[in-house]
Amino acid sequence: MTVSDSNVSAQPDPGGHFGPYGGRFSPEALVAALDELDAAYTAAKTDPAFQAELAALLTDYTGRPSPLTEAPRFGEHAGGARILLKREDLNHTGSHKINNVLGQALLTRKMGKTRVIAETGAGQHGVATATACALFGLDCVVYMGEEDTRRQALNVARMNMLGAEVIPVTIGSRTLKDAVNEAFRDWVTNVENTHYILGTVAGPHPFPVMVRDLHRIIGVEAREQVRERTGRLPDVVAACVGGGSNAIGIFHAFIPDEGVRLYGFEAGGDGVTTGRTAASITAGSPGVFQGTRTYVLQDDDGQTLPSHSISAGLDYPAVGPEHAWLSDSGRATYQAVDDADAMDAFRLLCRTEGIIPAIESAHALAGALRLGRELGPDGVILVNLSGRGDKDVDTAARYFGLMGEGA
Amino acid sequence: MSRLSEVLAAAKAEGRAALVGYLPAGFPSVSGSIAAMTAMVRGGCDVIEVGLPYSDPTMDGPTIQKAADAALEGGTRTKDVLHVVEGVAATGAATLVMTYWNPVERYGVDRFADDLAKAGGAGLITPDLIPEEAGPWLRASDATGLDRVFLVAPSSTDARLALTADASRGFVYAASLMGVTGTREQVGAHAEGLVARTRAVTELPVCVGLGVFNGRQAAQVARYADGVIVGSAFCDPLLKAPDEATGLAAVEALAAELAAGVRDR
Repeated sequence: MTVSDSNVSAQPDPGGHFGPYGGRFSPEALVAALDELDAAYTAAKTDPAFQAELAALLTDYTGRPSPLTEAPRFGEHAGGARILLKREDLNHTGSHKINNVLGQALLTRKMGKTRVIAETGAGQHGVATATACALFGLDCVVYMGEEDTRRQALNVARMNMLGAEVIPVTIGSRTLKDAVNEAFRDWVTNVENTHYILGTVAGPHPFPVMVRDLHRIIGVEAREQVRERTGRLPDVVAACVGGGSNAIGIFHAFIPDEGVRLYGFEAGGDGVTTGRTAASITAGSPGVFQGTRTYVLQDDDGQTLPSHSISAGLDYPAVGPEHAWLSDSGRATYQAVDDADAMDAFRLLCRTEGIIPAIESAHALAGALRLGRELGPDGVILVNLSGRGDKDVDTAARYFGLMGEGA
Repeated sequence: MSRLSEVLAAAKAEGRAALVGYLPAGFPSVSGSIAAMTAMVRGGCDVIEVGLPYSDPTMDGPTIQKAADAALEGGTRTKDVLHVVEGVAATGAATLVMTYWNPVERYGVDRFADDLAKAGGAGLITPDLIPEEAGPWLRASDATGLDRVFLVAPSSTDARLALTADASRGFVYAASLMGVTGTREQVGAHAEGLVARTRAVTELPVCVGLGVFNGRQAAQVARYADGVIVGSAFCDPLLKAPDEATGLAAVEALAAELAAGVRDR
């Protein structure tokens, strides 16, 4: 499997537009770097040496292919539907994020750059980037909202351990979007020697399409694994959506399969009508944000609204442009899952299957419970278990009131 | 000829560079920002950039971020920005709006262009809009006769300089360095070369921004550019001033120092 392997029906135009979404709303100062990246990536897609190196890393370092685990005890709570978990949580560094990062780290080296910057919310992308930089001997700076450094202190320690510098962002809402702003400011200043490893399918072209292609392997593997296991394609593919990288990764290989329904579950937070939400497609409107046109949580003047989710990784007021397009075109369906439902699903997977999911991924699990009850025992649901929940144990223990128990 | 082109031509006829000053609308308040920009005109600014404060200013350093945040916290709305334009244009200065793209798109590109023209505004500077994405704005500015200032940077290829200058009207904004807004001890070493490369592809005036904060630097830049753009340095005294009167006096004095600079080349 390589990133050039294509059975792709949804491609943007050469400017990176997915219908009315996407594009490049970027300062002129970054256009040269974006063009350089686009050229390097386009060349890499057909460069056998690059592809071989990436494939070897994905196998020997990441541990791909990631397994498919059936979750029958969890499935009993989902109307008896067959629930199949794509185990991206078992990748090295604990989430799907490493797929994209290794590809972009190879491109960084290819472009002759020596320094990498990244943004992170939950810390999973920051940890993956710090890991790749350690592996390739690149300098690494990770921007992280101050609020998130507190919520995800363990991941800050991991990044430091790996030799990365973590810079807390103390402006704006002090979460993921502000970390992205700071990363762009760093990039425009240091672009000569620095590559920005953007962690999701957002930002200016070519990031949305490049990051998607680097994650496409998730769906390509899962499609084969589900067929081997069940003799057919799944009825539904479910994934959580913040920026949407794990979701597009598992969706993309299924886009041509008309009988397969694609469901993205956004973070509803306290509820989409409360104003404390991160569900950009459900509660937002089209706008231009951080380099791309997409759905954004914004007020009547186009000012970005603060987002809220119990999950730091989904706490982002926009979504990747291809998801905006998939939603408008009807190919994929996006629904909100509130904090409470996500946490119930989190605990249920722990108790029924012995797997602690990331709170991000728990949104997809909650969605699977909902869909399974519609489909019943004949249903087959593929869920992207995009990350593991070790980083979330503190948040979950507080949420369930377990702190101090038995101490 | 637009008001902006007239002002730039008049400066050129005087054998000097034009002085372009920036402040966010609504900072320190809506009326306070009109007073401050009026003080900048009194001190010698030829052109005023009225900033539309935005929640996610990825091209701005800490000073302008702070000023724009204060404006938003004070409740500044897009309609207030147009009101400020009206107040500043009444001074006779050529008045541009400097804005990230989303607020314009949200207001409606055609509606924004119409209301800006009605307020006496000369056009827009768009730091996160490149000509390839600017279709609706190119049409709206043609329909209303507004100027459209796009940016070029030291990293721009010659082909992109030509494309960007072709789409521009009024002047071309040359970013003096690779980075965000903010004062610098040295104006970027690449600025002069960038201006020369831009002049090779356009007849439009080329104004230089990013980093300039005193008369000495203004004089340096005025030797090779048609205009000198100053932003963060005008926000700074207003952020630090104990009261509005002190702030206004400091802003006017800075404008006077810079105005002397652009004449001393």
